[in-house]
Amino acid sequence: MFTGDWLDIGPIDQIPLRGSRTVPVAGGEEIAVFRTGDNAVFALVNRCPHKHGPLSQGIIHGHSVACPLHNWSISLKTGQAEGADKGCTPTVPVKVDAGRVLICRAATLAAAA
Amino acid sequence: MEFTGRLDQEDGAMAPAAAPRKPHLVVIGNGMAGCRAVEEVLARDAGRFRITIFGAEPRVNYNRIMLSPLLAGEKCFDDIVINDQAWYADNGIELVAGDAVAAIDRQARTVTSASGRCVPYDKLLIATGSDPFVIPVPGKDLPGVVTFRDMDDVGAMLRAAENGGHAVVIGGGLLGLEAAHGLTLRGMGVTVIHLMSTLMERQLDEAAGWLLKTALEGRGQTILTGADTAEIYGDGKVEGVRLKDGRDIPASLVVMAVGIRPNVTLAKAAGLAVGRGIQVDDHMVTSDADVLAVGECVEHRGACYGLVAPLWEMCRALADGLTTGPSGYEGSVTSTKLKVAGLDVFSAGDFSGGDGAEDIVLRDAARGHYRRVVVKEDRVVGAVLYGDTADGNWYFDLMKKGEDISSIRDNLIFGQAFASGGGLADPKAAVAALSDDAEICGCNGVSKGQVVACIDGGAATLDAVRASCKASASCGSCTGLVETLLAVTLGDDYSGERATKTVCKCTSFTHDDVRREIVAQAMKSIPEVMQKLSWTTPDGCSSCRPALNYYLLCAWPGEYVDDQQSRFVNERMHANIQKDGTYSVVPRMWGGLTNPRELRAIADVVEKYDAPMVKVTGGQRIDIFGIRKEDLPAVWADLNAAGMVSGHAYGKALRTVKTCVGSEWCRFGTQDSTGLGVKVERMTWGSWMPHKFKIAVSGCPRNCAEATIKDFGVVCVDSGYELHVGGNGGIKVRATDLLCKVGTEREAMDYCAAFIQLYREEARYLERTAPWIERVGVEYIRQRIADDGVGREALTARFLYSQSFSQDDPWAERAEGGDRQLHAHLGEVRPLASIAAE
Ligand code: SRM
Ligand SMILES: Cc1cc2nc3c(=O)[nH]c(=O)nc-3n(C[C@H](O)[C@H](O)[C@H](O)COP(=O)(O)OP(=O)(O)OC[C@H]3O[C@@H](n4cnc5c(N)ncnc54)[C@H](O)[C@@H]3O)c2cc1C
Ligand code: SF4
Ligand code: FES
Repeated sequence: MFTGDWLDIGPIDQIPLRGSRTVPVAGGEEIAVFRTGDNAVFALVNRCPHKHGPLSQGIIHGHSVACPLHNWSISLKTGQAEGADKGCTPTVPVKVDAGRVLICRAATLAAAA
Repeated sequence: MEFTGRLDQEDGAMAPAAAPRKPHLVVIGNGMAGCRAVEEVLARDAGRFRITIFGAEPRVNYNRIMLSPLLAGEKCFDDIVINDQAWYADNGIELVAGDAVAAIDRQARTVTSASGRCVPYDKLLIATGSDPFVIPVPGKDLPGVVTFRDMDDVGAMLRAAENGGHAVVIGGGLLGLEAAHGLTLRGMGVTVIHLMSTLMERQLDEAAGWLLKTALEGRGQTILTGADTAEIYGDGKVEGVRLKDGRDIPASLVVMAVGIRPNVTLAKAAGLAVGRGIQVDDHMVTSDADVLAVGECVEHRGACYGLVAPLWEMCRALADGLTTGPSGYEGSVTSTKLKVAGLDVFSAGDFSGGDGAEDIVLRDAARGHYRRVVVKEDRVVGAVLYGDTADGNWYFDLMKKGEDISSIRDNLIFGQAFASGGGLADPKAAVAALSDDAEICGCNGVSKGQVVACIDGGAATLDAVRASCKASASCGSCTGLVETLLAVTLGDDYSGERATKTVCKCTSFTHDDVRREIVAQAMKSIPEVMQKLSWTTPDGCSSCRPALNYYLLCAWPGEYVDDQQSRFVNERMHANIQKDGTYSVVPRMWGGLTNPRELRAIADVVEKYDAPMVKVTGGQRIDIFGIRKEDLPAVWADLNAAGMVSGHAYGKALRTVKTCVGSEWCRFGTQDSTGLGVKVERMTWGSWMPHKFKIAVSGCPRNCAEATIKDFGVVCVDSGYELHVGGNGGIKVRATDLLCKVGTEREAMDYCAAFIQLYREEARYLERTAPWIERVGVEYIRQRIADDGVGREALTARFLYSQSFSQDDPWAERAEGGDRQLHAHLGEVRPLASIAAE
């Protein structure tokens, strides 16, 4: 577990409902932080398992995102491609505390490396 | 007061046999948790402690939840008292009311009150509850700004309401809505300001939040969602609230109900371990073994609570620990039930089921009910109910017990009575067992007998049933039942396939059904369509959201507010995404014309942003490649400065108007095709359509602008203008059909506008003009545009009206900082080492 290493990246209302924002990682890949229609928050590396589309730019429905490049559906919880497609994007632990979005620094650095 | 031997007595082990001096339990907080804890202790061992309770409020213990009915005038203070003076006296409890504790001295084991009273303790219980959070805006301290937490707040609201007038409630959560309701009943006009787009967004999803908002508006309240407060203004007292978007709402009372913060002031000053709340173990003991804490002020296993149910469980564990034997508290799963003016809302669990979680949605449009149950691995993990909440507790119970629901899954959504009704486990059998006069379609009053008769009469598909007896033709919530009847009646003959394809798997309606109903029922938002047309998913999918967004935009120009999150990336970013995640930028070049200033601006952008490629497109303009999303607004600002606007090369919208040089220069040219092309582009740019739309104007039948493979093409001839429609040069090449010939430029433009509007209003989302015309037939188009003059003029007028709202350059808005969040990053992560190095 990566305890005690939660990094505050900003207030939750800075991510639109059914929207996403990106977080650059020094020396690594960008992270996409998603907020779903029912206000759950997820974080994934901003890269589709298919051909590396930026998932942050997809349409968010339920707890999935449709990749903007070729419409693969990716589970926000697990990073797995859904349906017939196969592939997985690394996920990053994220939580909301008192309206602030926190992501796990160690896990982020590991996932984005 | 002296106190000795407390350790011994507390242990019990070395307690003297006769008349032991009782240990002193001091409670800070005379609220719901503090007093409940005392009740629990008394119930277990009434003689165990001598008890003193300090309360900041100058009154006995009352039921805080009932402040809402008190405000609404349904109850008076006596009705909501939990423990009256007699209770304190009978149990030998000393109540120090109206004198808040100011400090705890853990060394000396005393507490000191604001009036200076110093009392020693053996066991101290902190139950200080929460403080209402006040947003730090100018004017927050003006008289007339109140919170909603205790009797004094209610008193202040009632005094304000006596004079009538207008109240603003900041915060559309549970508390805010209850305050708004009470004030409405007290005769005030009420506006609720909520920062988020959904009311009670922590408990409700978008669909239920929309229903709640609509119902409250129906009760006369004004609800502003997505509204951010800039300031509260007034001279010596509240006079109104100003929003960040400039709106101004006059008010004589402002209620702040934006949330609560655990009240940890005393605990923190006393050096106890405090996170968000006072940290306690499973026995409600803080970091000091003799200090306990309970209620909203605590943090247990990382969680703070704002409802009473968890507090009751905490009080039980606390009393067990202090008396008969520790049992332990393990945290709570909470549910919310709200009832405002007969509106029932229930929510429980969290909906972040994610992997393997499945939503089951039931919408009853006729009654305005909504129900969503989230199931994961055959267990209920969350539920939202709006309207009929009778089954809320049942779902909550299934959830808390983690019961396996696989055997009742098919009927789960219909509620306890149906699901546990025995023998009905097979939905087909249940439908077959219905009597002939059982009502199937509530909207059109169609019985099972009628539906079966109509199937026997030859209606073998859902559409045929809808056409012949109207069952399932309105709200669609009985579609499943009708389909089951088809299957039961026709047996193997029922294909199960619908003749026309539905929009997507979220609905049983077709594109045409949806378009028709949006207009017929005057539906004006995506959640409204989903509710009224019984969508089976909570917020649709990537197929239906963009379609609905377009249909609404087309039906209600100037009124419907575009939903950015329902747009494909290109339309949201106003640029074309490339395979590497960068964007291409195509400024508009009217009719393919350009000039040195534009070319210079493009050249400058290419150099300044290091664009790896510039290319002339097949649409007669220039494409700049490889721009990063962060740089887009700056690039646009530079292009805007040279007078250029978005080319919508990314949109289901007008793309380009290609022209040839025409009569101005060409030796064969018959008319000014370049000039007409520019005029047509000026008229049509910015319009959103079912799919992309291309136009061309050629100066003679040699057709250098390729007008006969465009959605709308003009071929100039000596005697006027030939108008062509439905061409496509893409995947499946289709040459245009000749629509008609007209004599003047004006007519060419009016016909063009009418044709576009017909396409906008009647084609299905993502259907280009070529397949649309093949579907409806070119004769139909001729009849509507060429033959029906009045109809054509109306179409033209509707197009121009809608254009009056859509010809703002989206780039200019973004360049000025609109939707900045779409282009900027949120935070940044660096390895610890690099931060330390700074
Ligand atoms: C840039 C351009 C190619 C070029 O370098 O010339 C181009 C580039 C793309 N075209 Fe095109 N098309 C371009 C002219 C055309 C033309 C020629 C024309 O318009 O005269 C056609 C055939 C005419 C037609 O549309 O009927 C054309 C038929 C298509 C099609 C097939 C459409 C169809 O109905 O079959 C697609 C796919 C689609 O839209 O689903 C497509 C899609 C695309 C996309 C948007 C693919 C995508 O989704 O990413 C490409 C975007 C590249 C970018 O980022 O800018 N492009 N595309 C041309 C931009 C024109 C402009 O100035 O806006
Ligand atoms: C209007 C309203 C409606 C609500 N509706 C519901 C509902 O429908 N369902 C639900 O579950 N919950 C509801 N709640 C929440 C519920 O009332 C609280 O969860 C509950 O009251 C918390 O109990 P508590 O003892 O922790 O805090 P409180 O009940 O607030 O008690 C804390 C007490 O400590 C006193 N105090 C604070 N500091 C000091 C000090 N230094 N010295 C002495 N005394 C001090 C305070 O004055 C207060 O009286 C509602 C709350 C409000 C305000
Ligand atoms: S022809 Fe194909 S590869 Fe070329 S721009 Fe059009 S869509 Fe892209
Ligand atoms: S890159 Fe995501 S679907 Fe192709």
